[in-house]
Amino acid sequence: MEGKIVTERLNAFFGEVHAVKNVNMAIPANAITAIIGPSGCGKSTLIRCVNRMHEVVRGAKATGKVYLDGEDIYDPETDPVEVRRKVGMVFQKPNPFPTMTIYDNAVAGLRLNGEKDWSKLDGAAEDSLRLAALWDEVKDNLGASGVSISGGQQQRLCIARALAVQPEVLLLDEPCSALDPIATAKIEDLLFDLKDRYTIAIVTHNMQQAARIADFTAFMYLGELIEFGETKRLFENPEEELTEKYITGRFG
Amino acid sequence: MRLTGKLGSGRKSRASFEDKLFKYTTMGVAAFVLALLWGLVVKLLFDAQMSIETFGFEFLTSDIWNPNKDLYTALPFIFGTLMTAAVGIGIGVPISIGIAIYLSELAPAWIREPLSFLIELLAAVPSVIYGLWAIYTLRPILTGTVEPALMDVLGWTPLFEGASFGIDKLAAGIILAVMIIPTVASVSKESMMAVPDSQREAALSLGATKYESTRMAVLSYARSGIFGAAILGLGRAVGETMAVTMTIGNANLISWSLLDPGQTMASVIANNWGEADGLMLSALVEIGVVLFIVALVINVFARLMLGRLMKAVPMTGGGL
Repeated sequence: MEGKIVTERLNAFFGEVHAVKNVNMAIPANAITAIIGPSGCGKSTLIRCVNRMHEVVRGAKATGKVYLDGEDIYDPETDPVEVRRKVGMVFQKPNPFPTMTIYDNAVAGLRLNGEKDWSKLDGAAEDSLRLAALWDEVKDNLGASGVSISGGQQQRLCIARALAVQPEVLLLDEPCSALDPIATAKIEDLLFDLKDRYTIAIVTHNMQQAARIADFTAFMYLGELIEFGETKRLFENPEEELTEKYITGRFG
Repeated sequence: MRLTGKLGSGRKSRASFEDKLFKYTTMGVAAFVLALLWGLVVKLLFDAQMSIETFGFEFLTSDIWNPNKDLYTALPFIFGTLMTAAVGIGIGVPISIGIAIYLSELAPAWIREPLSFLIELLAAVPSVIYGLWAIYTLRPILTGTVEPALMDVLGWTPLFEGASFGIDKLAAGIILAVMIIPTVASVSKESMMAVPDSQREAALSLGATKYESTRMAVLSYARSGIFGAAILGLGRAVGETMAVTMTIGNANLISWSLLDPGQTMASVIANNWGEADGLMLSALVEIGVVLFIVALVINVFARLMLGRLMKAVPMTGGGL
């Protein structure tokens, strides 16, 4: 399989619960891949395995292989901290650091990497906030708290924060589920603009969202990957009966 | 509806009488607390009146304590209280934060639960036991090892001048540190555990190590809780009486050296009220008023910092 990210017989567990079952999947570079499926189908867990965030939950573990550019990120030699610097993540609920300013939030990851040069930090803050389509709204207010802005702005700030460390992959875990339709549309436009530069995987429970923005779509059910393909083909002409049932809304 | 005959209404009136009695009895007991507090404050001020009128504001700024001339002022004791509390906080708070970080961020649940319980249990040890421990265990360690070493290395600073007795402000400060650790550690732990996991995940997803994410996401988010915990510890350290009286050496002396004995507001009252009368007794009560105000301000401030987090923790003003 070709792809920026390839999973091979990936299994994920929470204690005894088998959340992701034997998933083989390739996420192509410079495209948006959506992962859809009903609640609890393991779609969030799957992408959390791609930056090794799954294992930070107590009692969680994963087996199998996940290749990033051909390198197995679950190799015992691989440092999860290095993986996460290459694979950024945006979460379901906006989670800017409340004790930091907008500026400090945007460059938090760079500061972690030891960047102290103010001109570089200033440049990175502006670049990442522009990329996240937030610059014009906050440029006169960079010293305000990261939680003083609206929910949609906070989520774009989190996207800026993830982009500032220049990752290769951006994972988004239902990034719009807490946002109103206008804020959602802004983030969708933004992702569309970003896909030339990044590999993007987005988990969503919103099928219309997947249909609008994704080049490829994966459908998961009860921890298994049921079907994966180009979005248009998967929605118009699903190969699996389960997929068809889900996208037509005939689901228990 | 059939039930509301004579029987029903009779039961209703008895119930409403019972409920009223119940309500006003408990209300009366609760009001008793207010009356007690009021009585305490009035009595303290009344008994301190002679001293307040005699010494005025100088009571707080002068260092004379001379029963022969009937002159009493409080500065040495205010100084001793501040200095021992500072040592207690300086040693106790960093240790407490370390304990809290381990319990909240690193320890597996099977260690965290029993260890948290043990730490909270330490708060229940009577302070006279800590005092005895200080005299029989801490003192030999101080005079044998710690104080000579401090004198060798830091003897040139005013903080460690003089001879080593093991009964001094350092001993009192260390015992205060031990006594505030349970409170400060468990309140800090609670405030760290109240930090949402999404904050830790935000830091980790940016490539933070465990240490970096604790610093960046947990400590900064929980900082007002940790600060409140330290202030709560300060409140306890300022009011603590028994263990300090047993370890501080009880000398009415203003000295920067931690190796010199001293006296705190609480210990001077405990040491002298037995044989005091007249103006001296009034002066001791005025010291009590000062201590009461300081402890009250500190506790209220800590409570404001902690906000909702800490409804369950009783105010610990020290005591015997």
